[in-house]
Amino acid sequence: MSELGIEDRERFEQLVLPHVDAAFNLARWMLRSRTDAEDIAQESLLRAWRFFRGFQGGDARAWLLQIVRNTCYTWLEKNRPMELSMKFDEELHVQTSATPETLAMVGDDRRRLTVALELLPPRFREVLVLRELEGCSYKEIAAITSIPIGTVMSSLSRARRQLYSALTHSSKGACP
Amino acid sequence: MRCDFADSLLQGYFDGELSGRRAAELERHLRHCAYCATELVDLDLLRDTLQLAQLYEPATDSLRRKIARVGTIATTSTASQPRLWHWLVAAAALLFVAVVLGRLGHGLRGEDYQAELAGEIVNAHVRSLKPGPVTGIASNDERVVKGWLDHGAGFAVPVHNFANAGFALTGGRLDVIEGRAVAVLVYEYNWRPIDVFIWRTREQDSTPRTGTRRDFQWIDWRNGKMEFCAVSDADPADLEQLHKLINGST
Repeated sequence: MSELGIEDRERFEQLVLPHVDAAFNLARWMLRSRTDAEDIAQESLLRAWRFFRGFQGGDARAWLLQIVRNTCYTWLEKNRPMELSMKFDEELHVQTSATPETLAMVGDDRRRLTVALELLPPRFREVLVLRELEGCSYKEIAAITSIPIGTVMSSLSRARRQLYSALTHSSKGACP
Repeated sequence: MRCDFADSLLQGYFDGELSGRRAAELERHLRHCAYCATELVDLDLLRDTLQLAQLYEPATDSLRRKIARVGTIATTSTASQPRLWHWLVAAAALLFVAVVLGRLGHGLRGEDYQAELAGEIVNAHVRSLKPGPVTGIASNDERVVKGWLDHGAGFAVPVHNFANAGFALTGGRLDVIEGRAVAVLVYEYNWRPIDVFIWRTREQDSTPRTGTRRDFQWIDWRNGKMEFCAVSDADPADLEQLHKLINGST
C-alpha cells in the first residue's frame, strides 16, 4: 500500500476525486438506496486507490465508474441475487410492476420517473443512468459496462421505451 | 409496425453518436418511416422530462464526511492538506490487512475475490462471443489445439475432446485474466459455446464452486496445480458434467 507515493496521491486527487458525485449517483441508482450507495461509493474509492497503479491514464471517470459498477454487482450478487437473475419480460414488466395504478399514486413526474427507473432491470438501468444522467458517450458506456456498443443502443432503446410508457400510462391513470 | 432502426440507429442518431454519413442516411429514412419519426418525438419528450425531473444525485454530505473521516476524500478545501493522505494510506493498509485476513479465514480466498474473478472470466467469455479479432485456433484435433495452447500459455494444457459425451472441442484461445495469460478451451454443447479457462496455481485441489453472473453460469475448481473455470449460458448441470469429464481425464 505504502508503495503509492506522493505523485500518485496528487494524480489520484486530480484525476479520480472530482468524480465522487458520479460514483455516488451510479451506485445510488444501481442499488436503489442512498444508504447502500454511500457504503459502495466509499468502498469503490478505496478500491480505486488500491488499484491506482493499474490505471494507465485516459478517462478517469470511466475507470472509476467501472470499479463502482463492479462493486455494485458484487454487492447485489451477495445481498440481492434475485434482482440480477430476474429475466426481463417487457410485456410482463409493464403489466405487473409499473402499473398505471402504482405510478398514478406517486404524483409528479420526478417520483414517477424515479419509480419507473428503479423498476428497470439493472442492466438497462445502468445504461440509461450513464447516458441520461451522467452524459457518457456510447464508447464510455461500453468501456464502463463491458458491453458492445450495439448492445448499448438496444439496451437504451428498451430502457427508454419502458420509461416512456410508464410516464404516459401513469399520466392517463392519474386523470380521474 | 415497429421499425428495426428504432432499436439501434435511431438511438445513435438521437444521441448524436452517428457519423455524418450515417446520420444523413437515417434522416432520409425518417422522411418515409412514420414509426421512427414518432419515436424520435417521444425520445425528445422523454429527455425533456428527465431533465426537468433532475434525477442526478450528487454525493451526500454524510458520504463526504465519512470519506473525509477515513481520509479517503479530500474535498476541494482539504485537497491540499497532505496529512489527509497519511490517513488514506493507513486506511487502505488496514483494509488490505482486513482483506488478507478475511481471505485466510475463508480458506485463502474470500467470496468477494471469487466473485471478482468470476466476473472477469465471464466478461472475457462475453468478449469472445462478440465478432472481432480473437487470438485463437479453431480445430477439433486435440493435438493441434494442445500444441498451439502449450506454446502460447507456457504450460502443459490438458486438452481433451469429449465429443462422444456431447462436448465437442471446437478450438482454443489465449486470454488475459487478472494480468496473466490464461489458456481457454472452447467446447460446444447443444450448439452453445462453453469456455474453459485454465491457468496454473500453487494452491491445493478444491471441490467445484458455482455461480451466476450476467446470466452466465460458471464453475470453478482446482486440480493438479491447475485452476479451471468453465463458463457458459448452458444449464449448470451441463457444466458440472464437463467438470467431471475434465477431472476424470487429468
